[in-house]
Amino acid sequence: MKITIADVEHVARLARLELTDDEKNLFAGQMDAIIGYVEKIKELDTNGVMPTSHAVPMENAFREDEVRPSIGLEKALGNAPHRVGSFFKVPKVIE
Amino acid sequence: MNYQPVIGLEVHVQLKTDTKIFCGCSTQFGSEPNSQTCPVCLGLPGALPVLNKKVVEFAIKAGLSTNCSITPRSIFARKNYFYPDLPKGYQISQFEDPICQQGWLDIQVEGAELKRIGITRIHMEEDAGKLVHGDVSGLDDGSGVDLNRACTPLLEVVSEPDLRSSDEAVFYLKKLHQIVTWLGICDGNMEEGSFRCDANVSVMPIGSGTFGTRAEIKNVNSFKFVKQAIEYEIQRQIDLIEDGGTVVQETRLFDPNSGKTRSMRSKEEAHDYRYFPDPDLVPLVIGDDWVERTRQGLPELPEKRRLRFVTELGLPEYDAEVLTASRALAEYFEAGVEAYGNPKLVANWVMGEITRAINDSGTSIENCPVAPSQLADLLKMIDSGTISGKIAKTVFDGMWQSGKAPQAIVEEQGLVQVSDSTHIESIISEIMTANSGQVEEYRGGKEKVFGFFVGQVMKASRGKANPTVVNELLLKMLNG
Amino acid sequence: MNVFDMTINALHHALKDKKISSFEATGAMLARIESVEPQVHSFITVASEQALTAAGAADQRIASGDCGMLTGIPLAIKDIFLTEGIRTTCGSHILKNFMPPYSATSWEKLQERGAVLLGKLNQDEFAMGSSNESSAFGPCRNPWDTSRIPGGSSGGSAAAIAARQATATLGTDTGGSIRQPASHCGCVGLKPTYGRVSRYGVIAYASSLDQVGPLTRDVADCAVMLEAIAGHDPKDSTSVDTPVPDYSATLALGVKGIKIGLPKEYFIDGLDPDVQTSMQSAIETYRRLGAEFVDISLPHTDYAVATYYLIATAEASSNLARYDGVRFGHRSEQAEGLINMMTKTRSEGFGAEVKRRIMLGTYALSSGYYDAYYVKAQKVRTLIMNDFIRAFADVDVMLTPVAPTPAFKIGEKINDPLQMYLSDIFTIPVNLAGTCAISIPAGFSTDGLPIGLQLIGKPFGEVSILQAAYAFEQATEWHTRKAKI
Repeated sequence: MKITIADVEHVARLARLELTDDEKNLFAGQMDAIIGYVEKIKELDTNGVMPTSHAVPMENAFREDEVRPSIGLEKALGNAPHRVGSFFKVPKVIE
Repeated sequence: MNYQPVIGLEVHVQLKTDTKIFCGCSTQFGSEPNSQTCPVCLGLPGALPVLNKKVVEFAIKAGLSTNCSITPRSIFARKNYFYPDLPKGYQISQFEDPICQQGWLDIQVEGAELKRIGITRIHMEEDAGKLVHGDVSGLDDGSGVDLNRACTPLLEVVSEPDLRSSDEAVFYLKKLHQIVTWLGICDGNMEEGSFRCDANVSVMPIGSGTFGTRAEIKNVNSFKFVKQAIEYEIQRQIDLIEDGGTVVQETRLFDPNSGKTRSMRSKEEAHDYRYFPDPDLVPLVIGDDWVERTRQGLPELPEKRRLRFVTELGLPEYDAEVLTASRALAEYFEAGVEAYGNPKLVANWVMGEITRAINDSGTSIENCPVAPSQLADLLKMIDSGTISGKIAKTVFDGMWQSGKAPQAIVEEQGLVQVSDSTHIESIISEIMTANSGQVEEYRGGKEKVFGFFVGQVMKASRGKANPTVVNELLLKMLNG
Repeated sequence: MNVFDMTINALHHALKDKKISSFEATGAMLARIESVEPQVHSFITVASEQALTAAGAADQRIASGDCGMLTGIPLAIKDIFLTEGIRTTCGSHILKNFMPPYSATSWEKLQERGAVLLGKLNQDEFAMGSSNESSAFGPCRNPWDTSRIPGGSSGGSAAAIAARQATATLGTDTGGSIRQPASHCGCVGLKPTYGRVSRYGVIAYASSLDQVGPLTRDVADCAVMLEAIAGHDPKDSTSVDTPVPDYSATLALGVKGIKIGLPKEYFIDGLDPDVQTSMQSAIETYRRLGAEFVDISLPHTDYAVATYYLIATAEASSNLARYDGVRFGHRSEQAEGLINMMTKTRSEGFGAEVKRRIMLGTYALSSGYYDAYYVKAQKVRTLIMNDFIRAFADVDVMLTPVAPTPAFKIGEKINDPLQMYLSDIFTIPVNLAGTCAISIPAGFSTDGLPIGLQLIGKPFGEVSILQAAYAFEQATEWHTRKAKI
C-alpha cells in the first residue's frame, strides 16, 4: 500500500483533524486508491508547459488606498463562540 | 579555535498606508480590539482579498532604494499554518516570485572598510492579528484575539548572510530604517512594532567555508536589543560548541531583562507551510514605465543627500550627517538655504536653536512653528544689522512661541538694534560718570574691566545696542 | 396554471398585469414547499417570514410601476451563498448556526431587483460531492424518483426546480455541480465562464474552479437570471471586467450554420444506452435545425478527473483552514488547550467527504509531493485548456452528455469515493478550462429519469450556448414534462 497509516496521521495532523483508528484505516485505503488513480497524470510529458493558476488570463486587480467603514463590533463578533469584551477568547496554548 | 559569526537579517516593515493590504479597513494604531475589521480581514467564509495599489507602489520604492530589480510578474502565495491570530489559517505572502530581488546596501562600520550587504528579496505580505494574554479580565485562563492588526501590509526585507558582527548588523538595520522612514513608507516606530527584526545567527570556524547551523532570534524591536541579542547568541553558540555540543536549528526569543536568548518551545514538528499560488489573487504585472515613474518620483535618498551637502554646500561631514537624520530635517534645512543662501549659517541655527527648541518642547521638525523662510528672514535681519546676533536668539524664542514672523516680533518688542552712535555715546557717558572708579581701574591697565562696561551698556540699552558700535565707542571713550 | 408551475417570464407577466401579487405568489410557493419537502428535502432553511416581508416590499415597488423581470419573483439559493440575517450552513455541521453579517454579491444583485428569497437550499457539504448525500442535514431526493439522488453538489437547487418549490434557483459549479444535478432533475443549469459572476460571499471550495450559476425551468429564464448576476465586482479580484450582453435579446437567433463539435472522447463505449439514445436524438434534432456537426478531439480528457481532484482538493484544504472554532461556527466543548480545540472542532464539525478531500489536498501540497502532484496537475490543466482552445478554432459550441448514467440510487456509490469522482468525467474539463457550459433537458431513461445534454461554449460565449440551447428547447418538449410530485 502506498498510503500508510503514518501518512494519514501526518496529513491529519497538518490539517488539524483527529481520526479514530477505524477512520484511519478507511481513509488510508480510500486515499491510496485515489492517489493511485491520480498518479496517471505522471504519464504525460509536461516539459516546457507552464502551470495554470488562473483559468482566465487576468492581472493587476487593485483597489485604492481609501478607508472603507469596518463592519462594527456587533457584526464582527456576532458569531463568536466565546467572546470577552471585544476579544475573541481562545484557550491558552499549552506548550 | 576562533570563530566567525555569520548573521542574516529579516526585517518586517509595516507600511504606512491608510488601509490594510487586502481590504479597506483602517490601519490606525490603538483602536478598540476588533473595531477595525471586515469580512476579509476577519477571514469570514466567502470573503476575498483585493490588493491595495499603494502597497505595490511602496514596495517598488523600497526595492529601487535598495538597488533591487523589480520582478515584472510577481505572484502572491498562501503560507498555510494554524494559529488563532491567523484568521484564514493561511497568510497571504509571496514565495517564488517576490516583487523585489537581488539588491544591496553598503555599510561602513567605524574603523572598517565599506562593505556591501546583499538583499536577497523584498516581498509583500499581510500581518497577523494580536494575541493578548491574561491582562484583560476574563482572559486569565485563556487568550484574546484582536484582529485589528490582521491584514496590515508588511514588507519583508531579507538580507544575505553577509553580516559578520553585531555592529554590522546594527549599521545595516539603521540604514534600512532610515531609508524606509525617509521614503515615507514606514513610520519607523519600533516600540509600536512598525519595524521588526529577526536575526539568523550562526558561527563557523575562521577559514571554514561551511556555515554552521543557525538559530533564529525573533522579533527584536530596538537597535540596542538587536546588538545585545546577537552578541549573546554568538557567545552562546561558541560556548556550546566548545563544550562539545551542537547548535540546534530553532527559533529563539530575546529577553531584554536577562539579556539572554531562550528557545521558544516549538510545536511537535517543523512547519510544512505548503506554499502555493493564491488563486484568489491575480498576477501582479509591473511594466518598465511604472518602475521608471516611481524612480523619477523618489526623493533624494539620505546617503546621496549627505554627500551633496558636503561636496556642493561645503558642509562638514558631521553637519551633513546630523542634518540628514530625517528627510523632514534635511528638507527644512534646504528650504532655509534656498531662502537665505549661506549653508553653514543655516546649518548652525538648525542644529543649534531649532533642535534645542524642538527637544525642549517635545515636538518634531514636521511641527516646527518657525518656517524655513522665517528663519531666513531672521538671519537677514542680523546681516543687515537690524538686530544683533544675541537679540536674534530672543527674537527666535518669540517666533517659536507665537509663530509670527521675525519682523513682527522685533517691532512688537522694540528689539531693533540701536546703532546710532550719538545715542550710544550718551549711554556710555552716563555709565562712565556713574562708575568713575572702574574708569580709573581700566585706565590704570586693568583691561578686564572693559567687559564690565560692555555689560553695563548692554543692560542700559536692554540688549539692543549694536555690539560692534559699542565696542568701538567704548574703546574710544575709555581711552580718552 | 398553478403559481408554482410558472416560469419567471410567466410569473413576471402575471405580476405586472396584476393577476397576482408577489405576496400571494410567495405564499403559494411556501405552501408548496411545505407540502413537498418531506419527500424531497430541498431546503436546509425556509425563511417564510423574511420571504413574505420581501414580497410585500416587492408588491409596493410593482404598484409604483417598477416591475423588472425579477421583481417579486420567489427564488431560492444554495446554502453556500452568504445571506445577511439568514442562517448559512454550506450543508455543514460546522456552520450550523452561522449568521452571516454580509451577503454574497450575486444574491445582492438579485435582491436589488426585488427578488424574494424563499430559503436556502440543500447541498453536499462544502460543495464536495455529486449526489447531495454528504449534507449534514440529510440527503436531498430526486423529485422524479425519491429513492434516487438529485445530483450534487447543488442538489437542492435542481430538486427545487423539478419539485416546483422555487421559480428559479442559484447554485455553484466547481466540477459539474450545477450541470449534473440539472441533468438528473430535468431542468436547465448554466455554469458561466470563470470570472463572469462574482464569487464574493460564496463559501469557497476550490477558488480557481468555483463559479456561480442559475438553475431554471427553461432557457429564457436562464438568460434572465444570468443577466442579473453577471458583471464585474471590485470585491472579487478574479471577476472579469467585460460588459454583460443582453442574453435574452439574442436567444431566438437559431442555429443555422452553427458548427457543433462532438468530442470523440465523450462518446465512449460503455455510455448508458438511454444516454446514448438521447444524444443521438439530440444530434438529429440539431441537424434538422440546420446545425453542422464536426468531429473533434480533446485528447487530454482522460486526465481531467485526476487533475481536478488534485487541484480542487489542494485549494479546498487551504480554503477550509479558516474553520478553526475561533471566530465563528462550531467550537468543540471538549477540548483542552488551543491546538486540541482546533482539532476537535474540525473533527466534530466536518463530515467524512470533507475530511477526505482536505487530507488529499494537504497531501498534494505537502513537502516532497508539491511538484509531483500539485504543480504537475496545474501543467496538465494547461494541456486541457489548450485542447479546448484548439478545438474552438473549428467549432462554435460543443455537444456532449452531462453524466454517464441517469441518477443513481441513494447509497449506491457512497462507499466508493473514487467511483463517485469518475462520474464527473464530462463536466470537470469545462471547469479546468474555465469556460462556460449549459445542461438542458434532452430526454428520459426507460425508467422515466431525466437525461440532460451539455453545450460547451468558448470563454464568454454564453450568448452562443444559450442560443443553441434555446433552439433545441423550442424544437422539443422535454422541458415541459413535470415530475409527479
